[in-house]
Formats: sequence, structure tokens, C-alpha cells
Amino acid sequence: MKHKVAVTVNGRKHEHEVEPRLLLVHYLRDVVGLTGTHIGCDTSQCGACTIHVDGKAVKSCTMFAVQADGRSLTTIEGMATGDELHPIQQAFWDEHGLQCGYCTPGFIMAAAYLLEQNPNPTEDEIRRGLEGNLCRCTGYVNIVKAVQTAAKTMSGTPARKTQVAAGGN
Amino acid sequence: MAVTQLVGAKIHRREDPRLITGHGHYIDDFVRQGTAYAAFARSPVAHARIKSIDVTDASKAPGVVGVYTARDFKGQLAGTHPAAPAFVAEKKYVPERFPIAEKEVTYQGEIVAVVLAETKGQAADAANMIQVDYDELPAVMDLEKALAKGSPKAHEAGQDNVCWDFTYTPLDLTEAAFKEADVVVKQRILQNRLAPVPMEPRGVLAEYEGFDKKLTLWLSSQNPHFIRLFVSGALGLKESQVRVISPDVGGGFGSKISPYPEDYLVPALSRMTARPVKWIETRTESIQNATHGRGQFYDCEVAAKKDGTLLAMRVVQYVDVGAYHGTFGAFQPVACLMAGGGYKWKGISARTVGVLTNRVPTDPYRGAGRPEATHLVERMVDLVALELKMDPVDIRKKNFIQPEDFPFTQNFGLVVDSGDYEKALDKALELAGYAELRKKQAESRKQGRYMGIGLSTWIELCGFGPSAATAPATGGIALVESAQVRVTPTGAVIVYTGTHSHGQGHETTFSQIVADQLGVPLDNVELRHGDTAEGTSFGYGTYGSRSLAVGGVAISMAVGKVIDKGKKLAAHIFEAAEEDVVFEHGNYHVKGSPDKSKAFGEIAFASYGMGLPEGMEQGLEAVAYFDPPNLVWPFGTHLAVVEIDGETGTAKIEKYVAVDDCGNIINPMIVDGQIHGGIVQAIAQALYEEVVYDESSGQLKTGTLIDYLVPSAGEIPTFIVDKTITPSPTNNLGVKGIGEAGTIAASAAVINAICDALSPLGIKHVDMPATPDKLWHMMKEARQ
Repeated sequence: MKHKVAVTVNGRKHEHEVEPRLLLVHYLRDVVGLTGTHIGCDTSQCGACTIHVDGKAVKSCTMFAVQADGRSLTTIEGMATGDELHPIQQAFWDEHGLQCGYCTPGFIMAAAYLLEQNPNPTEDEIRRGLEGNLCRCTGYVNIVKAVQTAAKTMSGTPARKTQVAAGGN
Repeated sequence: MAVTQLVGAKIHRREDPRLITGHGHYIDDFVRQGTAYAAFARSPVAHARIKSIDVTDASKAPGVVGVYTARDFKGQLAGTHPAAPAFVAEKKYVPERFPIAEKEVTYQGEIVAVVLAETKGQAADAANMIQVDYDELPAVMDLEKALAKGSPKAHEAGQDNVCWDFTYTPLDLTEAAFKEADVVVKQRILQNRLAPVPMEPRGVLAEYEGFDKKLTLWLSSQNPHFIRLFVSGALGLKESQVRVISPDVGGGFGSKISPYPEDYLVPALSRMTARPVKWIETRTESIQNATHGRGQFYDCEVAAKKDGTLLAMRVVQYVDVGAYHGTFGAFQPVACLMAGGGYKWKGISARTVGVLTNRVPTDPYRGAGRPEATHLVERMVDLVALELKMDPVDIRKKNFIQPEDFPFTQNFGLVVDSGDYEKALDKALELAGYAELRKKQAESRKQGRYMGIGLSTWIELCGFGPSAATAPATGGIALVESAQVRVTPTGAVIVYTGTHSHGQGHETTFSQIVADQLGVPLDNVELRHGDTAEGTSFGYGTYGSRSLAVGGVAISMAVGKVIDKGKKLAAHIFEAAEEDVVFEHGNYHVKGSPDKSKAFGEIAFASYGMGLPEGMEQGLEAVAYFDPPNLVWPFGTHLAVVEIDGETGTAKIEKYVAVDDCGNIINPMIVDGQIHGGIVQAIAQALYEEVVYDESSGQLKTGTLIDYLVPSAGEIPTFIVDKTITPSPTNNLGVKGIGEAGTIAASAAVINAICDALSPLGIKHVDMPATPDKLWHMMKEARQ
């Protein structure tokens, strides 16, 4: 038997009939078609599927789609405004906070919630705050730096401009 | 090369905008109309005869398209899983491996049946309804017991469990040197079995178009051209009928080099059902089925003089091959050839024994053989130093291969291209404040604390590789690298490389090389890879820290050919002799008249026009294959400072310094990133990770990320990283590899620090992973 689910994702309303066992992450990827939210484990360890549900960071594999009924969701696709990156996205780019990029959407969503809760975290607070997310490429060094940089930007220090193509501009 | 602007600069990655916004294209993001989803039924036992498989219930389950067992693939798939000779040409016994088991299962997780259904959920539900009657057999788990006469066998058809048993050198030099010894140190060193755990598990999407007889295969691979080679062969198709697309790949670390059973079964099912078929691996499937790394032990003996001069080493390597020979599983004996590290020895004798067990096959995992070599030699050198009461720094300096010795032919005949090991060591000691650290250690010991300092003065061979070495190792295909450079009429440059970037940032670094060489903006260069329908006829993939030192060089060669053709055309336009034309900063001009010049883009446009020099064809493009004359040999020093909690046994890394030398650097930001990640993978081996099986039943006990401890940011310290630069003489860019360096270096530094910390208790050696539980028990026992 299918159940109706109505959600707002990145500001857009969606309504679908879904199986009750459908995980929220599968709903976002396979039904809504937003594939930026990734799946890296079966047991809610890796955090690749982290999104915001009513403003709170949630691993979207820990919820059924039907539990999101009536909620407002933000995924990685909803973080940039047009071509303008969210300061955390910009900081991940500037600080080389990603390599293969698979865990990155989850880290950015977790970091966004972390900085909302604690706008000026210490290195230790960042490391502990991101313990629910796994990265196999970066050794976390540049992820931590990216979050520190984003914290500075978001607290009003002017953002540095990324050198996209030296020799080109 | 033109005046350097981009090479050597911290250029932000061109791949990042799509990846940080959720617009990357990983395997599970691809959707084809009418797709059927596959789910595999896997053996729940380590070793058994299959008595019967009942698919009745599964076949009737909702949404099921079909249920297939081994017999359904007869006539669809030919041949067995490939096993490359690698470093052991003579194998004793290589069990035949078909993608799906028919009569016998030999590890927990081996495929016995597959369900196709309309949805992923329906496929998974039905796979659970397949009834298999197993007649269980003893599981072979312990390497030494497996080698004993009369041991149960991992495969019923085998004579015994010996996959290979090979000795590399005549023993006489080693034996003679042992006779001169003042001290002989012996140690057994374990290498814990590891799961690679790329954050993106594997996956396959196959679409066979029957009327065109063409197969498109999307998969998460480090090695798309080799997959095309293997899969086309198995399916009886020409390579031209198979297109492999390996899009954004969420990490590989070696586990996505070799072909897997699903890579054959999924396209076969697409052909059998005339539908696209998709399968995405779960994390548990990944840990119980993707090839593992390490899983070895070493029996080592080192002979030395009283003054610390190293004389000779005997090494026997035991490799847990697993239930089948991994395609490149016999690469791991390279550890024997690298066992001498960065030191001079009179003799090294090395024997490798590959043992079949009822576990997942092992294959290269980041570093593959070289982390094991570093770990054993760096441990053994520390044990000699401990025996002789020498400082670990002094024994290393006394025995290093010296800068003037390069090119240095080591004990197994490999030629180390360049190095300055002491320089890197000194820099690391300075950055760490070594003398102060030793003072601090003396103080902390007085307070009954356990602080240790560990060194790893590592070397590596990488950049596979010279055809003379690699063609025999693969069974025929030399691991050179190819590149194609195409310049469009408006001067846009499209570069195709046969390597495969899955986090390494090739779209950025390779473009930096090209843009500099052509003197054009980075934006004019488009770097493409991962689609066998594009570029050269064959590419060789990314592994073994080879992409820049082989692939990057191939690109620069192809660009050179394009520049040369442009020079001919420019000479024609300038009505000058070709040898009088120079190419500088993106412009051609006649020597002495730089004011009258033609930009590269103008020459590109002209190359598509009329009035070309006699015999010149239109267009501006070139292909190059680079066969490197030697491997490249990065090196460095890592230093770890560890404090162990005497109450809990928890080892905490207080400081970590890495000074690495990978020759010339294209993009320092990316090099540092590779080092960071590599170090953490080795810290993970040293302190946290181990694939554990039940030793009697062969059941995998670490099948999820709950049980298999991949460290998070909270477990990991920050690092001090620096470089020395010793250009490689092996290639025109002067570069060496850096992708595996951190992993090759770090486990020895951490474990040496732990052993140093515990030495006041009389503890000389600790095996990995050095978990709190293990250390607590060792300390407790030592105190009694």
C-alpha cells in the first residue's frame, strides 16, 4: 500500500505516493531526482546522505520518506543561490576540502548545521562535530580548514576570491 | 617547456564546482529507461558444496523478471577470472574462478544466484527467498595451518593451499653476510587485512542494444579500458562493441582496478533480457566482496655489525591470497623486492608464499606491497637500534643510500633513480624539534608516562611502468600511458588521457601542464578521461601512483608533437626555415623578430585552412604513448609522536610530521591533499582497522562500518607537512608519484612510536592494529 507524502525540498513543493518502507534518501534520489545526496553505507555510519530537515542536520537514511511528510528539506542542491556558492561550498573549494567528492555533500550539510549551532568552533569542536561523517580521501585536514574558513566568512570577514583559472583571468 | 606560470601553483580544482553543489555524476546517478534491477544471492558460509538451489519462491515474488544461477550463464560468458603474473610468474595453483558459483562456494559473499526485478526493493526481497542447500566444508583460515600437510583445502579440487612459493635471489650473498654479524634480530611482523572502503561502493549499469550488438557499461572503475578488454572477451564481443564509461568515481584505493563478477554478470543479464540492468553494491557487499588489502605476515631476520652497519636480511612473506587469485594479487610480493628500503645491504634473500584461504581475495590496496616493505624494514631497523642502544636517527643515517650513489642498483637489480634521504630526514627532525622531543620523553618517563617517537624513512617505487618490466607482469600489455591532444579551429584544446581520475584532480593538474606548455589560458584546455569511446585506443588507468609520472608525461609528449606541427606551419607562413622558428609564451616567431608573431590559436586556425606546406595534412592533433625508461622513486621521512594512556592503553598521536619528496610538483595543494589522505589510511591500519573473520567458521565479523572502524575527524590529528624536491631523471617533467606515499610511510612511524613508548616495559614489538585493548593487555603482561 502506498502512502501520500508532501514535502518542500529546496523551496519547491513535491507530492508523491510512496511505499511506506522507502527511505528518505531513496525518495530524494529516485523519486524527486536530486542525486547530490549520496549513499555510502547501510548502517547510518558514513553521513554521505546528510540533509537538513526543518533546519536540522539529519542522515536521510535514518528516516522513511513518509516521516518527512509536511517537513521542509534542504539538500546540497539547495545550498547555492544561483551561481553564488554557499560560503561553506566556497570554503571547501578554496581549501581543497574534497578529493573524490562523494562524501562532500554530506560534510557540507553537516558543517552548515554545525556552524549554525556554533558559529565560531575550535578545531576540536569541528572535529567532534563532524564525527558522524566519514571521508576516505582527505584525511580530514582540509575539511577542518574549510569549516574554519567558512566560519570566518560567515561571521563577516570578507571572503577570499577563488583563483579559478590563473592565466585566464 | 614554456615559462612556468601554472605548473607549481596552487590552482583550485576544476572538478570541484560540480562536486560541491551535488552535480557530480557517480554510478548510481545514471538512469536508463526500462531498467531492471539486479540483486545477488551470496553464500552465507565460507566453504561449502552447493547441493541444490531452489528459486521457486523467488521467481514468483512480485516484480521479478527472472532468477538466474550458474547454468543460465553457460553460453553467455566464456573464460575465467584473469590472474596476472605480476611479480610471481610461476604459480603453483590458481583456482578457476567463474563469476557465479556452481558447485562449490569458497568465501562468504560469493555469488550463487541473481534476481532481476522491476525495482531495487523487489530484487532484494526476492534474493532473500532463494533457498540454497549447502553441504558445509571446513574453512581454511590460518595461513600456517593451511600450509601444513593434510590441511583442509580452500578448494576441493586443489592439491594443497599453495598458490605460489617463489624465492627471488640466490641466497649466498645473504648467507655470507650473516656470518659477519655481531647481532641478529628476528621478528615476525603481521599485516592486518584491510577493507579499502571507498566512500562510493561499486556499481554496474549495462545496456546491451541487440540490434546494434553494442554494449554500454557504466561502472565505478579506476581502469575502464582494462574492464572493456576483460568484459568484451568474456561476452564474446569485439572491444569496439563495448563502451565503458567510468564517470565521477567516489574513491578506489586499488579496489576498483580489477574486474569483478558483477562486471560480467550484469552486462550478460542485459543481453539475456534485452533491458538495461543496474546493480549498486551495498556497503556490506563491498566489505564482503570487494578485494581486500594486506593480510600478510613476514618472518624477518636482520644481521648487523656492532657499530650499526646493516649487513643482510632474510625475509619470508606469507600472503593470504584469499579464495581466488586477485587479478593483480601477485603484485603484493613487490614487498620482498622493496624490503631493503633506503639502505645499503650486502645481501637480501626473499621468499614469498601465497596461501589460498576461504576469505575474500586480496589485491592491491593503496600502496600495495610498499607499505608492507616500509613497515618491515623500518621496524627491523628500529629493533637493531634498540638492540645496539643506538638512536634510530643514527642507524638510519649510517646506512642510507647516499645522494652520490644514484642511480643506485639495489639488491634485486632495481635501479633507484634519485634521492637525498638524509636531507628529508633532517628537515623532519628540525620541524619536529627532535632533540627537544627526546628531552621531553626523558622527563615524561620519569613521571611514568608512555611517550614515544617513531620514524619512517620511507622509499617507494611507482609509476608503472617500463614495458620491459610490466608487459611480462600483466601477461602481455605494457603499462605505458597514452594521450591524445586535439586542437579545434578556434584553438580550443581537448586532451584525452588514458588514466582515470577518482579524486586525484587530473582535470586540474594535467590541464596546468598543457596550458603552460602551449602558453594558453587554463580555460582553453579541456581534460577528458573515463570513456573508452573517446581518445586513444587504449588507456591504462590510475593506480600505483602512475598517472602523472607516466600519463602526464604522455600528455606533454602529445602537446610537443602539436607544437612541432605548428612550428612547421608557422615557418611556412613566415617564409622562414623551421629551425629558425621559436615557440614562446603561446606564440610562434622567427628568432630575433618576436614582434612579428603568430599566436598558437592563429596557427590552429590556419592548420584547418588552405595553402599548407607541401605534404602537410589539415588539422592539429597528436597521439603519444609514453614508455618510461624506469620506475620513479619518491621518498621522505615521517615522524610520529605518540602518548599511550597507561590506564586504558589508548595511543594518541600528539604530533605528526611528514617531509616527502615526489620530485617536481605541479600543484602543491593537491600534493598535500594526497599526503594527508594517505597518512590517515595508514594511521587507520596502525590503530583501528582490521577485517576480522571467525577463525573456525570463516564468518566475516566486520561486515559493516559499525564493526569496521574507519576513523572519523575526531580520531585524527592534524599534520605538519613539508617537502624536499629532488627531480626525477626518469621523465622530462622531473616528477614522481605521490598518491600512495602517505600510506606507504605512516604505519611504520606510528608503530615505531608506540614501540618506543613501551620500550621501558621491555616491549619490543607491537602488531597492527594497536588497539587500546591490545596495548592494555601487553602493558599489563609486561608489568607483571
